[in-house]
Amino acid sequence: MILRRLLLTIPILIGTSIIVFAILRLIPGDPAAAILGSNATPDMIVQVRSQLGLDQPIYQQFVTWITGIVQGDFGHDYITNQSITEELAVRLPVTLELAAFAFILALLFAVPLGVISAVRQGGWLDRAVRAFAVFTIAIPDFVFGILGILVFALALSVVPSSGFVPISAGLGDNLRSLAVPAVALALGLGGVLIRVTRSAMLDVLNADYVRFAKASGFGAGTIVFRYALRNASVPIVTVIGLQLGYLLGGTVVVEQLFGLPGVGQLIVQAMLSRNYPVVQACILVFVVAFIVANLATDLLYAVLNPRLRKAGAA
Amino acid sequence: MSDDLAVMAPDAALPGDAVSDSRFGSSIAKRAELVAGGSLVLLAVLVAIILPLLNPGGATAVDASQSLASPSFTHILGADQLGRDLLTRVAVGYQISLTISVGAVLFAVIVGGLLGLLAATASSFFDGLVMRVLDVVMAFPALLLAIVVVALFGAETQVLLVAIGVVYIPIIARVTRAAALETSSQAYTEAALARGATRARIVFRHIAPNSLGPVIVQASILMAVSIMLEASLSFVGLGVQPPTPSLGLMLSQGRDFMSSDPWVIAAPALAILVIVLGFTLIGDGLQSWLDPKKRAIAR
Repeated sequence: MILRRLLLTIPILIGTSIIVFAILRLIPGDPAAAILGSNATPDMIVQVRSQLGLDQPIYQQFVTWITGIVQGDFGHDYITNQSITEELAVRLPVTLELAAFAFILALLFAVPLGVISAVRQGGWLDRAVRAFAVFTIAIPDFVFGILGILVFALALSVVPSSGFVPISAGLGDNLRSLAVPAVALALGLGGVLIRVTRSAMLDVLNADYVRFAKASGFGAGTIVFRYALRNASVPIVTVIGLQLGYLLGGTVVVEQLFGLPGVGQLIVQAMLSRNYPVVQACILVFVVAFIVANLATDLLYAVLNPRLRKAGAA
Repeated sequence: MSDDLAVMAPDAALPGDAVSDSRFGSSIAKRAELVAGGSLVLLAVLVAIILPLLNPGGATAVDASQSLASPSFTHILGADQLGRDLLTRVAVGYQISLTISVGAVLFAVIVGGLLGLLAATASSFFDGLVMRVLDVVMAFPALLLAIVVVALFGAETQVLLVAIGVVYIPIIARVTRAAALETSSQAYTEAALARGATRARIVFRHIAPNSLGPVIVQASILMAVSIMLEASLSFVGLGVQPPTPSLGLMLSQGRDFMSSDPWVIAAPALAILVIVLGFTLIGDGLQSWLDPKKRAIAR
């Protein structure tokens, strides 16, 4: 199953890279003219066309592009004339740190709340947690972000309202600069996780083996954490994998809001200046990150549920 | 991402899927979710239809004397920095947001539904081909895929509608396919086949209507998600373009004034909350009402 899953990733990687490659070529009209805007002279257009390799046959363009990327060369940003790879190398850690921070926060509050909600099912605590989950799902991450700026940056002044402090300048300041954006991202993600955890836990808590464990006199803590949560982990992990796509999309919006110099901010800036080679590079990075994350969750799946290791072979 | 995994975890939610649990809840609670959600959506729709009629042109009419006016009888939700009435702008924002979202979900249901039906009933080669192509589309995070489409065709309303719709085609196709596979093994489908009904008749007369339940649940959840997606795109400047009001754009523009005049962001934020909460509750309510498995357990 694991091998099969790995092999299935290959066509997806090829397919997505073809789509990303096609972005520049499918722009209606001449992509070089679109990039340069209305002030372009014919000479400039010819120059950009050859820079982008648009004067070559399409299959050759793809081969050149993909070989470059496999070797870690995303080409040049034609506006700043910088290497896109170097730019990504600076920005990717910011986005990854933000996403990881948000992800850990979401796990830390959502899984316990989901468990409590399931264990206290029907009680006021359950109702409060469920209402909280619905609200966090219904409020966009950037609204939480704005509220966070209003309260924690402008009113209380405990965090900066925008900008990023690298880890090299001190971990405390670094985490403070990411705290509000990470919480904003974590809330929506957490709302979904609470609901999944609760639902999965309820399934398990009503299973025969849990009843048997209760009848055998095991303590509630042992039952919940040792048996129930472990068995409920498969659906939770599945949904986490799928939600990572939302987390990555969320970084685009939140980086823009907080002025964080990550890949998400780069893609918006590149889109607004029609800097298509940079757009392509950023999208490819996000897509590969999403594919790898999904692969990791699927593999984790097999670790959590040994029965699935063989299921794929059948 | 692969099909096997979807089969392994049939209950695993698709992105944005609400995993609600009401098997223990009473039918009143289920109906309460539907009624509450329906009321919120109805409120938003009424605001979108009626208010712009009462104040035509009000969404873009600049009035310097009313700049950042606080909420009052004339401006119930206050006015923005250009003196434009926030309630009217919210109403027009709803119109645009609902047009894009309803269009996107309809587009996804039609294209994704047909693909899912075909995949479930045509040859296994076609099934494999369609599902693999959709796997590729699903490998894009939703917002990024929408950005790809906007990059290609610009940020017009129709393009945004398609951009968001494309994101949901694989989700709808998967849900339809799973439901259609289940339906096609039912006795009534086999009976129709035995009676000599044509393939098309079986697919559209028997399989499609009986596979509709899960698709409707998914569609209402996607309405909530697509309103957020449109707001996010507009918020970063890649969606609806000014001066057209959009809820995301209003939030983005209001940021500069929010510390002194918080209503400029309160109005669009509340507006998003109302409509997204509405569709989320409807999705939850429908899911517990229509989900046969959960209903079976509730009995």
